[in-house]
Amino acid sequence: MSRITNYFKSLLLIELLKGMVLTWRYLFSPKYTMRYPMEHIPKSNRFRGLHALRRYANGEERCIACKLCEAVCPALAITIDSAPRASDGQRRTTRYDIDLFKCIYCGFCEESCPVDSIVETHVHEYHFEHRGENVVTKLQLLAIGDRFEADIAAARAQDAAYR
Amino acid sequence: MGDQILHQLIIPILLVLAVVIPLTLTVALYVYWERKVLGWMHVRMGPNQVGPLGLLQAFADVVKLICKEVILPTNANKVLYYTAPLLALIPALAAWAVVPFGARFALSNANAGLLYLLAMTSLGVYGIILAGWASNSRYALLGAMRSAAQVISYELAMGLCLVCVLVLAGSLNLTDIVTAQAGSIGHWFMWPLLPVFVVYFVSGVAETNRAPFDVAEGESEIVAGFHVEYSGSAFALFFLAEYANMILVSFLASILFMGGWLSPFPESVPVLGHASFIWLLAKAFFFAFLFLWFRATFPRYRYDQIMRLGWKVFIPIAIVWVFVAGCMKYYGWVHIGTGG
Repeated sequence: MSRITNYFKSLLLIELLKGMVLTWRYLFSPKYTMRYPMEHIPKSNRFRGLHALRRYANGEERCIACKLCEAVCPALAITIDSAPRASDGQRRTTRYDIDLFKCIYCGFCEESCPVDSIVETHVHEYHFEHRGENVVTKLQLLAIGDRFEADIAAARAQDAAYR
Repeated sequence: MGDQILHQLIIPILLVLAVVIPLTLTVALYVYWERKVLGWMHVRMGPNQVGPLGLLQAFADVVKLICKEVILPTNANKVLYYTAPLLALIPALAAWAVVPFGARFALSNANAGLLYLLAMTSLGVYGIILAGWASNSRYALLGAMRSAAQVISYELAMGLCLVCVLVLAGSLNLTDIVTAQAGSIGHWFMWPLLPVFVVYFVSGVAETNRAPFDVAEGESEIVAGFHVEYSGSAFALFFLAEYANMILVSFLASILFMGGWLSPFPESVPVLGHASFIWLLAKAFFFAFLFLWFRATFPRYRYDQIMRLGWKVFIPIAIVWVFVAGCMKYYGWVHIGTGG
């Protein structure tokens, strides 16, 4: 008996029509596509993008060359040299390089930093056009920090209660 | 003398161009529409970057294909390799010669139009076989063999479906077949010939090697089947032929079973009741959309399933219905319209 009903079911294309009804419904359902350059997915305040070095409000750089970030970096992407500063003898970095090709954006440097100097910003759309540009230097990092200080501070303020 | 040239050469050429150029544009828009519909059914957006709403996408693709190099595989048969795309395209375009677009507009109002169509749609398979053979590639050869076997099996079912139409209309002339369906929607051949109508369209899908019968292309098994080695404009010709064939099958389904340019409303209804090319376009668009809908919905048939469906289901149904159609005609169960 079931063989006969099955035969007629397949002959009348019932299941195929069911499938077509399903795809017809999908034809009009809202699309998931994010039209990327025009639209963006909202980012968490803990998003880990391009690095930056921050300054205090008076313009003094935060980094004290403790090298904790260099020590904790699992990818060995950070290279720091330090020396007493000529003007006041404070210990400061003379070189602070991050190799963005090595970096895995784990955020350990940011967590280890006692003075909130090295941070990861929300910037994730960047590219290099020449060989060697993947290594960002101290001056570049400070410039990034200056440029996005407002965003960085806002994200840190949002997250402050959980730190 | 000049008059003769005008009538025998220039006017026919202009008429042919008047069909082929809109057809080519339709193919371009159809490709765009296919990608759009597939996208929507996959809950994506489809092409939307090139031109307004992505409308120029197909033209951008054409430019890209034309600019690309046509690569000749090592040890490929050069003559056959370059003739195959033409052999696929020429019948696909030539078949349009007898398609009537309106009561008095067909390039050739041939009396054996249906026969000619059957011949032309069958010829297309030579292009595919030769392409597979000449490419010197296993994938292409496999695709060509699959395609040949499949097209030949479905050609039979399709031919029997056309016999049913022929029996009812009593003519091989496509214009006569349409006028035989005169009246409102109830007089169309799709009602007395409903099973055959379904069989015809599904065979048409199989004929054109479209999903779910696209084993000849079978990208998951044999890469792209018969045209795997073709690139650039040679590939574009295959593409054009495939889509021209799809549109042809859509037009034929509307002409043979859904009254062509006739309106679904009775003559007495104002405006909507008039027969018009627009009706033919609307019907053909519906069938063309079905092609895309099938492709978005159904997974590919296994090869033996295709053969089973063709030989053990479609052909018996069509043969039985040839007898039924004969009875309908003989006992006068269906109303056959006369010239309009």
